[in-house]
Amino acid sequence: MKKYLSFFKIRFLNGLQYRTAAYAGVATQFAWGFMSLLMFSAFYKTKPEAFPMEFSQVSSYIWLQQAFLALYMVWFLETDIFLAISNGNIAYELCRPIDLYNMWYAKNLASRFSKAVLRCLPILLIAFFLPRPYGLSLPENTITLLAFLLSMSLGVLVVIGICMLIYIATFYTLSPMGVRIVAISFIDFFSGAVIPLPFLPDKTRIVLQLLPFASMQDIPFRVYCGHITGLDRVIGILLQLFWLVFLITLGKFFMKKALKKIVVQGG
Amino acid sequence: MIELKNINKTFKVARRNSGFSEAAKSFFRRDYELIQALKDITFTIKEGEMVGYIGPNGAGKSSTIKIMSGILTQDSGECIVNGRIPWKERISHVSEIGVVFGQRSQLWWDVPVIDSFELIKDIYKIPPKTYRVNLDELISLLNIGEVIKTPARQLSLGQRTRCEIAASLLHNPKILFLDEPTIGLDAVSKIAVREFIKTTNQRHNTTVILTTHDMQDIEALTERIILIGKGQILLDGALTELKKRYSDKKTITVEYTGNKFTLDEGMTCLEQLKGHAKFVLDTNILSVSKAISEISRQVEVLDISISGATAEEMVVSLYEEYKI
Repeated sequence: MKKYLSFFKIRFLNGLQYRTAAYAGVATQFAWGFMSLLMFSAFYKTKPEAFPMEFSQVSSYIWLQQAFLALYMVWFLETDIFLAISNGNIAYELCRPIDLYNMWYAKNLASRFSKAVLRCLPILLIAFFLPRPYGLSLPENTITLLAFLLSMSLGVLVVIGICMLIYIATFYTLSPMGVRIVAISFIDFFSGAVIPLPFLPDKTRIVLQLLPFASMQDIPFRVYCGHITGLDRVIGILLQLFWLVFLITLGKFFMKKALKKIVVQGG
Repeated sequence: MIELKNINKTFKVARRNSGFSEAAKSFFRRDYELIQALKDITFTIKEGEMVGYIGPNGAGKSSTIKIMSGILTQDSGECIVNGRIPWKERISHVSEIGVVFGQRSQLWWDVPVIDSFELIKDIYKIPPKTYRVNLDELISLLNIGEVIKTPARQLSLGQRTRCEIAASLLHNPKILFLDEPTIGLDAVSKIAVREFIKTTNQRHNTTVILTTHDMQDIEALTERIILIGKGQILLDGALTELKKRYSDKKTITVEYTGNKFTLDEGMTCLEQLKGHAKFVLDTNILSVSKAISEISRQVEVLDISISGATAEEMVVSLYEEYKI
């Protein structure tokens, strides 16, 4: 376990170096958040009862999404993992007494964490002080907050579980671009990163909410703004747990298969 | 320590000619060719041995190293290193070997080298005391005391290579695989690295397997060489034995005044300018002393040097002999 922690540490510290990128990120996220809010407020002005969530809930959803972008967006992928596979540097990683899947997992977790730490605070802070219904509202009670923290952690773990499958696919395709572009655009939509999932038509929504992509950001954010409570909340978290176990098992299986027939590129 | 028996390995390679239409064609149908990278490779290496593994580019050197270090799996044959099958028990196997790929880097690019070392310490679970001792030894032997505080990306190639070698020895490996460790180094760094490898081998009885194109590496380090060409082992023997085989040929360089002299039978001219000549002497036909007296009879010799075959020339003639 200690070795994975050290990996986490070195990656985390490495990620903290990029301050300017973080400032730029914060500015972008603000702009994006405001634009989304303006769009939704226009819809809500026309016919508020036609929408599945209250406007203040939507605001919270969007601000959380922007604050924790680095945790939940699939496109924050590790370029050095893709490089290691396509140029053969993976040879060195395979010479370590270490489980490659776990190591990559720790690496991803660390870099997402370091990015999020730098970005989330200013966004959360300012969003709290925005006037209602445009700002981020506090969760209803402590249980909601605790449930959110649990669901949020599971969400991040699921995201990385999916990223791992993208990395492993690169063993077979060599160029990561194709898989990346397809996966990212699909997942962005299916996870509610483009439009919050509750806004989708019922039939689509029911299916999408069962898929692993909903377990990424949709469930935790809806837990936070009180859109799902009680039994639904428990089921949501259990569903996240299920997908997490499923994705990791799947990833480890394919990783093992890929490593057996690996070809180290570039001599 | 290391036992390879009838190892075979083939790679599937996609090939096509250049040009747009060829590229478009390959979109629908691709021609694959099976390349046999290793063919019936068999050898045994004892503990503490230093072996040079040589052969031209693409002969299969790196593939063998990768099979021995558990990265690649062979198609058939048996490979047992340190009592284990490398790819089956990869994790326990690699904790006892050290690998340096001269063309790749294992150091973290953006952080000081010492941070990479600390990480390696945790990965291999090196006890703090052993780590300290090893680190001190490596720092003084490789002379990298200042270097390790610098981020890897700001190091020169020579400095980085020395750090790479240190990184692969921190955990006291029993076997060290060096895949072209001196590639791209200047003469001074090369000598430092060689000296170091020698010392490690003597002090810790580390088994060293070295692939290289630099014959001076081989000459300075190894007693035994294995020659591989087109995936097959062509020769496996002591370097001195090999040298003996080629010792009946001497290269003689002469500086002289006067006119050009004529070469006797048994002397093959390499170059002859006014006042300078270089030729190969076959001692089976003409002895060295006879050759010298013959030359000095014809011209006034200013300087003369006689040298045996260098490893470099030997390898060239070996390559020629085996047509690889």
